[in-house]
Amino acid sequence: MITSYLAILPEILLIILAAIVLVYGRHPKGDRKRGVGLLSSWGVFVVLLVTAGLSFAGVPGEVPQEIWGGMFRNDAFTLVFRTMFVMAALVTCMLTVDVPRLQHGEWYALVMLATVGFNLMAAAGDMIILYLALETASISFYVLSGYATDGRRSPEAGIKYFVYGAFASAVMLYGLSFLYGITGETNISLLTQAVLGNISQPMLLLSTILVVAGFGFKVSAVPFHFWSPDVYEGAPTSTTAILSTASKAAGFAVFLRLFMSGAVGNPSNQNWWVMVVVMSILSMVLGNMAALWQTNIKRLLAYSGIAQAGYLLIGLVTYSVDGTGSILFYLYMYVFTNIAAFGVVILLSRVTGSDEIEDLNGLSRRSPYLAIVMLLALLSLGGIPPAAGFFGKLFIFRAAVEAGFWWLALIGLINAFIALFYYLSVAKHMYLYRSDDEEQPIPVSRAAALALGICTLGILYLGIVPSAVFDWTRLAAQVFF
Amino acid sequence: MIPLSWYLIVSACLFCIGLYGVMARRNAVAMLMAVELTLNAVNINLIAFWRYNNPGEPIGVAWAIFVLTVAAAEAAVGLALIISIYRQRDSVVAEELDILKY
Repeated sequence: MITSYLAILPEILLIILAAIVLVYGRHPKGDRKRGVGLLSSWGVFVVLLVTAGLSFAGVPGEVPQEIWGGMFRNDAFTLVFRTMFVMAALVTCMLTVDVPRLQHGEWYALVMLATVGFNLMAAAGDMIILYLALETASISFYVLSGYATDGRRSPEAGIKYFVYGAFASAVMLYGLSFLYGITGETNISLLTQAVLGNISQPMLLLSTILVVAGFGFKVSAVPFHFWSPDVYEGAPTSTTAILSTASKAAGFAVFLRLFMSGAVGNPSNQNWWVMVVVMSILSMVLGNMAALWQTNIKRLLAYSGIAQAGYLLIGLVTYSVDGTGSILFYLYMYVFTNIAAFGVVILLSRVTGSDEIEDLNGLSRRSPYLAIVMLLALLSLGGIPPAAGFFGKLFIFRAAVEAGFWWLALIGLINAFIALFYYLSVAKHMYLYRSDDEEQPIPVSRAAALALGICTLGILYLGIVPSAVFDWTRLAAQVFF
Repeated sequence: MIPLSWYLIVSACLFCIGLYGVMARRNAVAMLMAVELTLNAVNINLIAFWRYNNPGEPIGVAWAIFVLTVAAAEAAVGLALIISIYRQRDSVVAEELDILKY
Protein backbone atom coordinates (compact mmCIF):
# COMPACT_ATOMS: atom_id res chain seq x y z
CA MET A 1 0.00 0.00 0.00
CA ILE A 2 2.72 2.42 1.02
CA THR A 3 4.53 1.85 -2.26
CA SER A 4 1.42 2.90 -4.15
CA TYR A 5 1.54 6.23 -2.37
CA LEU A 6 5.30 6.54 -2.75
CA ALA A 7 4.91 6.03 -6.48
CA ILE A 8 2.80 9.17 -6.81
CA LEU A 9 4.58 11.16 -4.09
CA PRO A 10 5.94 13.83 -6.49
CA GLU A 11 2.43 14.53 -7.77
CA ILE A 12 0.98 14.66 -4.24
CA LEU A 13 3.72 17.08 -3.19
CA LEU A 14 3.13 19.28 -6.25
CA ILE A 15 -0.58 19.57 -5.44
CA ILE A 16 0.15 20.43 -1.79
CA LEU A 17 2.71 22.98 -2.97
CA ALA A 18 0.18 24.51 -5.36
CA ALA A 19 -2.25 24.96 -2.46
CA ILE A 20 0.43 26.58 -0.27
CA VAL A 21 1.51 28.92 -3.04
CA LEU A 22 -2.10 29.91 -3.72
CA VAL A 23 -2.61 30.91 -0.09
CA TYR A 24 0.77 32.63 0.26
CA GLY A 25 0.52 34.49 -3.03
CA ARG A 26 -2.85 36.14 -2.46
CA HIS A 27 -2.47 39.86 -3.20
CA PRO A 28 1.27 39.91 -2.47
CA LYS A 29 2.84 43.28 -1.70
CA GLY A 30 6.40 44.56 -1.41
CA ASP A 31 8.99 41.86 -0.81
CA ARG A 32 6.43 39.11 -0.98
CA LYS A 33 5.95 39.76 -4.70
CA ARG A 34 9.23 38.05 -5.42
CA GLY A 35 8.64 35.68 -2.53
CA VAL A 36 5.89 33.87 -4.43
CA GLY A 37 8.28 32.91 -7.19
CA LEU A 38 11.09 32.03 -4.82
CA LEU A 39 8.81 29.86 -2.68
CA SER A 40 7.58 28.08 -5.81
CA SER A 41 11.09 27.54 -7.13
CA TRP A 42 12.35 26.10 -3.86
CA GLY A 43 9.25 23.94 -3.56
CA VAL A 44 9.60 22.52 -7.06
CA PHE A 45 13.30 21.96 -6.37
CA VAL A 46 12.34 19.83 -3.35
CA VAL A 47 9.94 17.86 -5.56
CA LEU A 48 12.77 17.30 -8.04
CA LEU A 49 15.00 16.02 -5.22
CA VAL A 50 12.20 13.72 -4.04
CA THR A 51 11.76 12.39 -7.59
CA ALA A 52 15.47 11.69 -7.88
CA GLY A 53 15.60 10.23 -4.36
CA LEU A 54 12.72 7.87 -5.10
CA SER A 55 14.50 6.59 -8.19
CA PHE A 56 17.67 5.96 -6.20
CA ALA A 57 15.64 4.22 -3.52
CA GLY A 58 14.42 1.94 -6.29
CA VAL A 59 10.69 2.69 -6.19
CA PRO A 60 10.08 2.28 -9.94
CA GLY A 61 11.96 -1.02 -9.70
CA GLU A 62 13.19 -3.31 -12.43
CA VAL A 63 9.74 -4.67 -13.14
CA PRO A 64 7.14 -2.14 -14.33
CA GLN A 65 4.39 -1.79 -11.78
CA GLU A 66 0.74 -1.12 -12.47
CA ILE A 67 -0.82 0.48 -9.44
CA TRP A 68 -4.07 2.14 -8.48
CA GLY A 69 -6.11 -0.43 -10.40
CA GLY A 70 -3.97 -0.22 -13.53
CA MET A 71 -4.38 3.56 -13.78
CA PHE A 72 -0.75 4.41 -13.09
CA ARG A 73 2.25 2.69 -14.63
CA ASN A 74 5.44 3.18 -12.69
CA ASP A 75 8.42 2.29 -14.86
CA ALA A 76 11.64 3.79 -16.21
CA PHE A 77 9.67 5.61 -18.92
CA THR A 78 7.59 7.40 -16.29
CA LEU A 79 10.74 8.39 -14.42
CA VAL A 80 12.44 9.86 -17.50
CA PHE A 81 9.46 12.06 -18.30
CA ARG A 82 8.68 12.96 -14.71
CA THR A 83 12.22 14.24 -14.16
CA MET A 84 12.00 16.21 -17.41
CA PHE A 85 8.68 17.89 -16.54
CA VAL A 86 9.64 18.79 -12.96
CA MET A 87 12.93 20.21 -14.24
CA ALA A 88 11.11 22.28 -16.87
CA ALA A 89 8.71 23.62 -14.22
CA LEU A 90 11.62 24.48 -11.91
CA VAL A 91 13.56 26.42 -14.53
CA THR A 92 10.43 28.23 -15.71
CA CYS A 93 9.52 29.26 -12.15
CA MET A 94 13.03 30.60 -11.59
CA LEU A 95 12.92 32.62 -14.80
CA THR A 96 9.54 34.09 -13.83
CA VAL A 97 10.48 35.30 -10.34
CA ASP A 98 11.12 38.84 -11.58
CA VAL A 99 8.40 39.17 -14.21
CA PRO A 100 6.09 41.74 -12.59
CA ARG A 101 2.79 40.85 -14.22
CA LEU A 102 3.12 37.16 -13.37
CA GLN A 103 4.01 37.58 -9.68
CA HIS A 104 0.79 35.96 -8.48
CA GLY A 105 0.23 32.72 -6.64
CA GLU A 106 -2.28 31.64 -9.27
CA TRP A 107 0.27 31.60 -12.08
CA TYR A 108 2.71 29.38 -10.22
CA ALA A 109 -0.04 27.13 -8.85
CA LEU A 110 -1.36 26.56 -12.37
CA VAL A 111 2.12 25.70 -13.61
CA MET A 112 2.39 23.09 -10.86
CA LEU A 113 -1.04 21.63 -11.63
CA ALA A 114 -0.13 21.48 -15.32
CA THR A 115 3.06 19.63 -14.32
CA VAL A 116 0.96 17.11 -12.39
CA GLY A 117 -1.08 16.67 -15.56
CA PHE A 118 2.06 16.10 -17.64
CA ASN A 119 3.44 13.56 -15.16
CA LEU A 120 0.20 11.61 -15.16
CA MET A 121 0.05 11.73 -18.98
CA ALA A 122 3.45 10.06 -19.13
CA ALA A 123 2.47 7.54 -16.46
CA ALA A 124 -1.05 6.77 -17.73
CA GLY A 125 -1.87 3.09 -17.89
CA ASP A 126 -5.52 3.60 -18.69
CA MET A 127 -7.38 5.70 -21.24
CA ILE A 128 -9.55 7.36 -18.58
CA ILE A 129 -6.60 8.72 -16.58
CA LEU A 130 -4.90 9.61 -19.85
CA TYR A 131 -7.83 11.82 -20.81
CA LEU A 132 -8.11 13.33 -17.33
CA ALA A 133 -4.38 14.10 -17.18
CA LEU A 134 -4.44 15.62 -20.65
CA GLU A 135 -7.30 17.90 -19.66
CA THR A 136 -5.68 18.85 -16.35
CA ALA A 137 -2.67 20.07 -18.26
CA SER A 138 -4.66 21.65 -21.11
CA ILE A 139 -7.17 23.55 -18.96
CA SER A 140 -4.32 24.95 -16.85
CA PHE A 141 -2.62 26.10 -20.01
CA TYR A 142 -5.73 27.80 -21.42
CA VAL A 143 -5.65 30.03 -18.33
CA LEU A 144 -1.87 30.45 -18.38
CA SER A 145 -1.97 31.56 -22.03
CA GLY A 146 -4.65 34.16 -21.39
CA TYR A 147 -3.18 35.18 -18.04
CA ALA A 148 -2.03 38.74 -18.76
CA THR A 149 -5.50 40.27 -19.05
CA ASP A 150 -4.08 43.82 -19.15
CA GLY A 151 -2.50 43.28 -22.55
CA ARG A 152 -4.44 42.78 -25.77
CA ARG A 153 -2.51 39.82 -27.10
CA SER A 154 -2.64 37.43 -24.19
CA PRO A 155 -6.45 36.98 -23.93
CA GLU A 156 -6.59 36.50 -27.69
CA ALA A 157 -3.94 33.77 -27.44
CA GLY A 158 -5.87 32.21 -24.57
CA ILE A 159 -9.15 32.05 -26.43
CA LYS A 160 -7.55 30.71 -29.60
CA TYR A 161 -5.76 28.01 -27.68
CA PHE A 162 -8.94 27.20 -25.81
CA VAL A 163 -11.23 26.78 -28.82
CA TYR A 164 -8.79 24.72 -30.87
CA GLY A 165 -7.42 22.82 -27.86
CA ALA A 166 -10.83 21.84 -26.54
CA PHE A 167 -11.88 20.74 -30.00
CA ALA A 168 -8.70 18.69 -30.50
CA SER A 169 -9.26 16.94 -27.16
CA ALA A 170 -12.83 16.16 -28.20
CA VAL A 171 -11.63 14.69 -31.53
CA MET A 172 -9.07 12.57 -29.72
CA LEU A 173 -11.62 11.44 -27.17
CA TYR A 174 -14.03 10.47 -29.95
CA GLY A 175 -11.24 8.26 -31.34
CA LEU A 176 -10.56 6.73 -27.92
CA SER A 177 -14.25 5.97 -27.48
CA PHE A 178 -14.13 3.79 -30.63
CA LEU A 179 -11.09 2.04 -29.24
CA TYR A 180 -13.15 1.28 -26.16
CA GLY A 181 -16.00 0.11 -28.37
CA ILE A 182 -13.79 -2.33 -30.29
CA THR A 183 -12.16 -3.88 -27.26
CA GLY A 184 -14.43 -3.20 -24.30
CA GLU A 185 -11.34 -2.24 -22.28
CA THR A 186 -9.80 1.03 -21.19
CA ASN A 187 -6.60 -0.33 -19.66
CA ILE A 188 -3.87 0.11 -22.26
CA SER A 189 -2.14 -3.24 -21.76
CA LEU A 190 -5.43 -5.20 -21.79
CA LEU A 191 -6.49 -3.14 -24.79
CA THR A 192 -3.34 -4.12 -26.67
CA GLN A 193 -4.15 -7.82 -26.33
CA ALA A 194 -7.77 -7.26 -27.35
CA VAL A 195 -6.81 -5.18 -30.40
CA LEU A 196 -4.58 -7.94 -31.83
CA GLY A 197 -7.68 -10.01 -32.59
CA ASN A 198 -9.50 -7.28 -34.57
CA ILE A 199 -6.59 -5.66 -36.32
CA SER A 200 -8.32 -5.25 -39.68
CA GLN A 201 -11.44 -3.52 -38.41
CA PRO A 202 -12.21 -0.30 -40.29
CA MET A 203 -13.35 1.20 -37.00
CA LEU A 204 -9.81 0.77 -35.63
CA LEU A 205 -8.41 2.78 -38.52
CA LEU A 206 -10.99 5.54 -37.97
CA SER A 207 -10.19 5.60 -34.27
CA THR A 208 -6.44 5.80 -34.91
CA ILE A 209 -6.80 8.66 -37.38
CA LEU A 210 -8.82 10.65 -34.85
CA VAL A 211 -6.33 9.94 -32.05
CA VAL A 212 -3.35 10.87 -34.23
CA ALA A 213 -5.09 14.13 -35.20
CA GLY A 214 -5.71 14.98 -31.53
CA PHE A 215 -2.13 14.30 -30.51
CA GLY A 216 -0.79 15.95 -33.62
CA PHE A 217 -2.42 19.07 -32.28
CA LYS A 218 -0.75 18.67 -28.87
CA VAL A 219 2.72 18.34 -30.38
CA SER A 220 1.90 21.01 -33.03
CA ALA A 221 2.67 18.91 -36.11
CA VAL A 222 1.49 20.11 -39.53
CA PRO A 223 -1.44 20.12 -40.49
CA PHE A 224 -2.59 20.57 -36.88
CA HIS A 225 -0.07 23.29 -36.08
CA PHE A 226 -2.02 26.46 -36.97
CA TRP A 227 -2.64 27.43 -33.34
CA SER A 228 0.94 27.37 -32.16
CA PRO A 229 2.50 30.54 -33.67
CA ASP A 230 -0.44 32.67 -32.48
CA VAL A 231 -0.48 31.18 -28.99
CA TYR A 232 3.31 31.25 -28.57
CA GLU A 233 3.44 34.89 -29.59
CA GLY A 234 0.46 36.10 -27.59
CA ALA A 235 0.94 34.17 -24.35
CA PRO A 236 3.22 35.58 -21.63
CA THR A 237 6.75 34.44 -22.54
CA SER A 238 7.14 32.38 -19.35
CA THR A 239 4.02 30.44 -20.31
CA THR A 240 5.38 29.94 -23.81
CA ALA A 241 8.65 28.60 -22.41
CA ILE A 242 6.97 25.72 -20.61
CA LEU A 243 4.15 25.30 -23.16
CA SER A 244 6.58 24.84 -26.04
CA THR A 245 8.69 22.26 -24.21
CA ALA A 246 6.86 20.29 -21.54
CA SER A 247 3.54 20.29 -23.36
CA LYS A 248 5.13 18.98 -26.55
CA ALA A 249 7.08 16.37 -24.58
CA ALA A 250 3.91 15.25 -22.81
CA GLY A 251 2.17 14.85 -26.16
CA PHE A 252 4.99 12.61 -27.30
CA ALA A 253 4.90 10.66 -24.03
CA VAL A 254 1.26 9.79 -24.70
CA PHE A 255 1.92 9.08 -28.37
CA LEU A 256 4.61 6.59 -27.32
CA ARG A 257 2.50 5.01 -24.59
CA LEU A 258 -0.35 4.31 -27.00
CA PHE A 259 1.49 3.58 -30.23
CA MET A 260 4.65 1.78 -29.13
CA SER A 261 2.73 -0.62 -26.92
CA GLY A 262 0.85 -1.66 -30.05
CA ALA A 263 -2.55 -0.50 -28.80
CA VAL A 264 -3.45 0.58 -32.32
CA GLY A 265 -1.62 -2.17 -34.17
CA ASN A 266 1.90 -2.50 -35.52
CA PRO A 267 2.96 -0.14 -38.30
CA SER A 268 2.27 -1.14 -41.87
CA ASN A 269 1.53 0.64 -45.12
CA GLN A 270 -2.19 0.23 -44.60
CA ASN A 271 -2.64 2.08 -41.33
CA TRP A 272 -1.74 5.06 -39.16
CA TRP A 273 1.94 4.76 -40.01
CA VAL A 274 1.50 6.50 -43.40
CA MET A 275 -0.24 9.40 -41.68
CA VAL A 276 2.66 9.86 -39.24
CA VAL A 277 5.22 9.78 -42.07
CA VAL A 278 3.31 12.46 -44.00
CA MET A 279 2.90 14.59 -40.85
CA SER A 280 6.62 14.33 -40.17
CA ILE A 281 7.66 15.46 -43.66
CA LEU A 282 5.11 18.28 -43.80
CA SER A 283 6.09 19.54 -40.34
CA MET A 284 9.77 19.70 -41.18
CA VAL A 285 9.29 21.39 -44.55
CA LEU A 286 6.50 23.84 -43.75
CA GLY A 287 7.85 24.67 -40.26
CA ASN A 288 11.25 25.62 -41.62
CA MET A 289 9.91 27.46 -44.67
CA ALA A 290 7.60 29.59 -42.55
CA ALA A 291 10.32 30.30 -39.98
CA LEU A 292 12.51 31.88 -42.65
CA TRP A 293 10.15 34.86 -42.96
CA GLN A 294 9.55 35.68 -39.30
CA THR A 295 10.48 38.98 -37.72
CA ASN A 296 9.22 38.13 -34.23
CA ILE A 297 11.54 35.94 -32.18
CA LYS A 298 8.69 34.10 -30.42
CA ARG A 299 7.00 33.31 -33.74
CA LEU A 300 10.31 32.17 -35.16
CA LEU A 301 10.78 29.79 -32.23
CA ALA A 302 7.18 28.61 -32.70
CA TYR A 303 7.78 27.64 -36.33
CA SER A 304 11.13 26.11 -35.38
CA GLY A 305 9.21 24.08 -32.76
CA ILE A 306 6.91 22.80 -35.51
CA ALA A 307 9.96 21.66 -37.48
CA GLN A 308 11.42 20.03 -34.36
CA ALA A 309 8.16 18.08 -33.95
CA GLY A 310 8.77 16.81 -37.49
CA TYR A 311 12.23 15.48 -36.56
CA LEU A 312 10.77 13.85 -33.47
CA LEU A 313 8.09 12.11 -35.53
CA ILE A 314 10.86 10.43 -37.57
CA GLY A 315 11.85 8.69 -34.34
CA LEU A 316 8.25 7.56 -33.86
CA VAL A 317 8.09 6.16 -37.39
CA THR A 318 11.15 3.93 -36.88
CA TYR A 319 9.29 1.95 -34.22
CA SER A 320 12.42 0.64 -32.52
CA VAL A 321 14.23 0.86 -29.18
CA ASP A 322 16.82 3.19 -30.68
CA GLY A 323 14.17 5.41 -32.25
CA THR A 324 12.19 5.71 -29.02
CA GLY A 325 15.31 6.25 -26.95
CA SER A 326 16.46 9.00 -29.28
CA ILE A 327 13.04 10.70 -29.06
CA LEU A 328 13.45 10.86 -25.28
CA PHE A 329 17.01 12.16 -25.61
CA TYR A 330 15.88 14.75 -28.15
CA LEU A 331 13.08 15.91 -25.85
CA TYR A 332 15.57 16.37 -23.00
CA MET A 333 17.82 18.51 -25.14
CA TYR A 334 14.80 20.39 -26.49
CA VAL A 335 13.56 21.25 -22.98
CA PHE A 336 16.91 22.77 -21.97
CA THR A 337 17.48 24.50 -25.28
CA ASN A 338 14.09 26.06 -25.79
CA ILE A 339 13.72 27.22 -22.20
CA ALA A 340 17.16 28.86 -22.45
CA ALA A 341 16.12 30.66 -25.65
CA PHE A 342 12.81 31.82 -24.21
CA GLY A 343 14.58 32.75 -20.95
CA VAL A 344 16.74 35.23 -22.82
CA VAL A 345 13.63 36.59 -24.55
CA ILE A 346 11.89 36.99 -21.14
CA LEU A 347 14.79 39.05 -19.78
CA LEU A 348 15.20 41.05 -22.95
CA SER A 349 11.56 41.93 -23.55
CA ARG A 350 11.23 43.19 -19.98
CA VAL A 351 13.59 45.99 -21.00
CA THR A 352 12.54 46.55 -24.60
CA GLY A 353 8.83 45.91 -24.21
CA SER A 354 8.54 43.92 -27.43
CA ASP A 355 9.90 40.70 -28.83
CA GLU A 356 11.08 41.47 -32.34
CA ILE A 357 14.32 39.99 -33.66
CA GLU A 358 15.69 43.54 -34.04
CA ASP A 359 15.66 43.86 -30.24
CA LEU A 360 18.55 41.39 -30.18
CA ASN A 361 20.77 43.82 -32.13
CA GLY A 362 24.07 44.40 -30.36
CA LEU A 363 23.26 41.95 -27.56
CA SER A 364 26.83 40.66 -27.59
CA ARG A 365 28.06 44.09 -26.47
CA ARG A 366 25.09 44.85 -24.29
CA SER A 367 25.05 41.62 -22.27
CA PRO A 368 27.72 39.21 -23.48
CA TYR A 369 26.68 36.34 -21.23
CA LEU A 370 23.05 36.46 -22.39
CA ALA A 371 24.30 36.49 -25.97
CA ILE A 372 26.39 33.38 -25.33
CA VAL A 373 23.42 31.53 -23.80
CA MET A 374 21.25 32.49 -26.76
CA LEU A 375 23.95 31.50 -29.23
CA LEU A 376 24.34 28.12 -27.58
CA ALA A 377 20.58 27.59 -27.67
CA LEU A 378 20.45 28.52 -31.37
CA LEU A 379 23.36 26.20 -32.17
CA SER A 380 21.65 23.42 -30.27
CA LEU A 381 18.37 23.97 -32.15
CA GLY A 382 20.32 24.00 -35.40
CA GLY A 383 22.23 20.85 -34.47
CA ILE A 384 25.83 22.06 -34.34
CA PRO A 385 28.36 20.57 -31.89
CA PRO A 386 29.27 21.08 -29.04
CA ALA A 387 25.61 21.82 -28.31
CA ALA A 388 23.24 18.98 -27.45
CA GLY A 389 21.13 19.31 -30.58
CA PHE A 390 23.84 17.70 -32.67
CA PHE A 391 23.57 14.37 -30.89
CA GLY A 392 19.79 14.68 -30.68
CA LYS A 393 19.55 14.81 -34.47
CA LEU A 394 22.34 12.29 -34.96
CA PHE A 395 20.64 9.65 -32.81
CA ILE A 396 17.27 10.15 -34.51
CA PHE A 397 18.69 10.04 -38.04
CA ARG A 398 20.86 7.03 -37.20
CA ALA A 399 17.85 5.17 -35.83
CA ALA A 400 15.93 6.05 -39.02
CA VAL A 401 18.72 4.78 -41.29
CA GLU A 402 19.05 1.56 -39.28
CA ALA A 403 15.30 0.98 -39.58
CA GLY A 404 15.50 1.45 -43.37
CA PHE A 405 14.11 4.99 -43.58
CA TRP A 406 17.23 6.57 -45.07
CA TRP A 407 15.07 8.79 -47.31
CA LEU A 408 13.28 10.20 -44.27
CA ALA A 409 16.63 10.86 -42.58
CA LEU A 410 17.81 12.57 -45.77
CA ILE A 411 14.78 14.88 -45.82
CA GLY A 412 15.48 15.63 -42.15
CA LEU A 413 19.12 16.41 -42.87
CA ILE A 414 18.28 18.80 -45.74
CA ASN A 415 15.80 20.54 -43.49
CA ALA A 416 18.35 20.83 -40.70
CA PHE A 417 20.57 22.76 -43.11
CA ILE A 418 17.71 25.08 -44.15
CA ALA A 419 16.97 25.68 -40.46
CA LEU A 420 20.56 26.72 -39.83
CA PHE A 421 19.96 29.74 -42.03
CA TYR A 422 17.38 31.36 -39.79
CA TYR A 423 19.00 30.29 -36.52
CA LEU A 424 22.28 31.83 -37.59
CA SER A 425 20.58 34.97 -38.87
CA VAL A 426 19.35 35.56 -35.30
CA ALA A 427 22.95 35.10 -34.13
CA LYS A 428 23.96 37.64 -36.77
CA HIS A 429 21.62 40.18 -35.19
CA MET A 430 23.26 39.59 -31.81
CA TYR A 431 26.91 39.68 -32.90
CA LEU A 432 27.21 41.81 -36.02
CA TYR A 433 24.51 44.48 -35.79
CA ARG A 434 24.76 47.52 -33.55
CA SER A 435 22.07 49.27 -31.57
CA ASP A 436 21.76 52.57 -29.70
CA ASP A 437 21.27 51.02 -26.27
CA GLU A 438 24.53 49.14 -26.07
CA GLU A 439 25.63 50.94 -22.89
CA GLN A 440 22.63 49.75 -20.90
CA PRO A 441 23.17 46.14 -19.86
CA ILE A 442 20.09 43.97 -19.37
CA PRO A 443 19.34 43.38 -15.68
CA VAL A 444 19.54 39.69 -14.79
CA SER A 445 18.43 38.58 -11.33
CA ARG A 446 20.24 35.81 -9.49
CA ALA A 447 17.37 33.38 -9.92
CA ALA A 448 17.22 33.97 -13.67
CA ALA A 449 21.00 33.70 -13.99
CA LEU A 450 20.95 30.39 -12.13
CA ALA A 451 18.12 29.10 -14.34
CA LEU A 452 19.97 30.03 -17.52
CA GLY A 453 23.11 28.46 -16.02
CA ILE A 454 21.26 25.17 -15.44
CA CYS A 455 20.00 25.19 -19.03
CA THR A 456 23.48 25.97 -20.41
CA LEU A 457 25.04 23.20 -18.36
CA GLY A 458 22.33 20.83 -19.55
CA ILE A 459 22.94 21.73 -23.20
CA LEU A 460 26.71 21.32 -22.84
CA TYR A 461 26.49 18.12 -20.80
CA LEU A 462 24.15 16.46 -23.30
CA GLY A 463 26.32 17.72 -26.13
CA ILE A 464 29.67 16.56 -24.76
CA VAL A 465 28.83 13.35 -22.88
CA PRO A 466 25.57 12.22 -24.47
CA SER A 467 26.10 8.52 -23.82
CA ALA A 468 25.10 8.59 -20.14
CA VAL A 469 21.68 10.11 -20.79
CA PHE A 470 21.17 8.19 -24.04
CA ASP A 471 21.77 4.87 -22.26
CA TRP A 472 19.22 5.89 -19.67
CA THR A 473 16.58 6.86 -22.23
CA ARG A 474 17.23 3.66 -24.23
CA LEU A 475 16.67 1.69 -21.06
CA ALA A 476 13.38 3.53 -20.60
CA ALA A 477 12.44 2.80 -24.22
CA GLN A 478 12.84 -0.91 -23.59
CA VAL A 479 9.60 -1.02 -21.59
CA PHE A 480 7.76 -1.13 -24.92
CA PHE A 481 9.71 -3.77 -26.79
CA MET B 1 -34.14 -3.91 -29.77
CA ILE B 2 -32.60 -0.95 -31.57
CA PRO B 3 -29.25 -1.99 -33.08
CA LEU B 4 -26.01 -0.43 -31.85
CA SER B 5 -25.29 1.16 -35.21
CA TRP B 6 -28.23 3.58 -34.82
CA TYR B 7 -26.66 5.10 -31.74
CA LEU B 8 -23.33 5.34 -33.50
CA ILE B 9 -24.98 7.13 -36.43
CA VAL B 10 -26.66 9.62 -34.10
CA SER B 11 -23.36 10.31 -32.36
CA ALA B 12 -21.53 10.64 -35.69
CA CYS B 13 -24.15 13.20 -36.83
CA LEU B 14 -23.77 15.10 -33.57
CA PHE B 15 -20.00 15.04 -33.96
CA CYS B 16 -20.25 16.39 -37.52
CA ILE B 17 -22.59 19.18 -36.41
CA GLY B 18 -20.02 20.09 -33.75
CA LEU B 19 -17.22 19.99 -36.31
CA TYR B 20 -19.21 22.24 -38.62
CA GLY B 21 -19.94 24.61 -35.75
CA VAL B 22 -16.29 25.01 -34.76
CA MET B 23 -15.27 25.59 -38.38
CA ALA B 24 -18.10 27.83 -39.54
CA ARG B 25 -19.46 29.83 -36.60
CA ARG B 26 -17.86 33.18 -35.85
CA ASN B 27 -19.14 33.81 -32.38
CA ALA B 28 -16.80 32.44 -29.70
CA VAL B 29 -19.73 31.39 -27.50
CA ALA B 30 -21.24 29.43 -30.41
CA MET B 31 -17.87 27.76 -31.00
CA LEU B 32 -17.80 26.74 -27.34
CA MET B 33 -21.29 25.25 -27.75
CA ALA B 34 -20.10 23.31 -30.80
CA VAL B 35 -17.23 21.84 -28.79
CA GLU B 36 -19.72 20.73 -26.15
CA LEU B 37 -21.75 19.00 -28.88
CA THR B 38 -18.75 16.93 -29.91
CA LEU B 39 -18.21 15.92 -26.28
CA ASN B 40 -21.85 14.83 -26.12
CA ALA B 41 -21.27 12.72 -29.21
CA VAL B 42 -18.44 11.02 -27.32
CA ASN B 43 -20.73 10.38 -24.38
CA ILE B 44 -23.39 8.75 -26.56
CA ASN B 45 -20.68 6.54 -28.03
CA LEU B 46 -19.35 5.52 -24.64
CA ILE B 47 -22.74 4.71 -23.15
CA ALA B 48 -23.90 2.82 -26.26
CA PHE B 49 -20.73 0.73 -26.41
CA TRP B 50 -21.01 -0.01 -22.71
CA ARG B 51 -24.66 -1.09 -22.95
CA TYR B 52 -24.18 -3.32 -25.98
CA ASN B 53 -20.70 -4.75 -25.52
CA ASN B 54 -20.10 -5.31 -21.84
CA PRO B 55 -22.83 -4.04 -19.52
CA GLY B 56 -21.25 -6.08 -16.72
CA GLU B 57 -18.43 -3.65 -15.97
CA PRO B 58 -19.38 0.00 -15.53
CA ILE B 59 -16.24 1.35 -17.25
CA GLY B 60 -18.08 3.18 -20.03
CA VAL B 61 -20.45 4.91 -17.63
CA ALA B 62 -17.62 5.94 -15.32
CA TRP B 63 -15.75 7.40 -18.27
CA ALA B 64 -18.83 9.29 -19.46
CA ILE B 65 -19.19 10.86 -16.01
CA PHE B 66 -15.55 11.95 -16.12
CA VAL B 67 -16.12 13.47 -19.56
CA LEU B 68 -19.14 15.40 -18.26
CA THR B 69 -17.13 16.77 -15.34
CA VAL B 70 -14.20 17.80 -17.50
CA ALA B 71 -16.58 19.43 -20.00
CA ALA B 72 -18.04 21.53 -17.20
CA ALA B 73 -14.58 22.65 -16.07
CA GLU B 74 -13.65 23.43 -19.64
CA ALA B 75 -16.78 25.49 -20.20
CA ALA B 76 -16.08 27.50 -17.04
CA VAL B 77 -12.57 28.37 -18.18
CA GLY B 78 -13.74 29.06 -21.73
CA LEU B 79 -16.46 31.46 -20.63
CA ALA B 80 -13.99 33.25 -18.35
CA LEU B 81 -11.63 33.76 -21.29
CA ILE B 82 -14.50 34.98 -23.47
CA ILE B 83 -15.52 37.51 -20.79
CA SER B 84 -11.95 38.78 -20.45
CA ILE B 85 -11.78 39.44 -24.18
CA TYR B 86 -15.28 40.96 -24.29
CA ARG B 87 -14.28 43.49 -21.62
CA GLN B 88 -11.47 44.71 -23.84
CA ARG B 89 -13.10 44.77 -27.23
CA ASP B 90 -16.88 44.65 -26.76
CA SER B 91 -16.96 41.78 -29.19
CA VAL B 92 -16.65 38.01 -29.19
CA VAL B 93 -16.52 37.56 -32.97
CA ALA B 94 -13.64 35.34 -34.02
CA GLU B 95 -12.69 37.39 -37.08
CA GLU B 96 -12.00 40.45 -34.97
CA LEU B 97 -9.38 38.50 -33.02
CA ASP B 98 -6.70 39.36 -35.51
CA ILE B 99 -3.81 40.98 -33.67
CA LEU B 100 -1.87 37.76 -33.87
CA LYS B 101 -1.11 36.71 -37.40
CA TYR B 102 1.90 36.07 -39.58
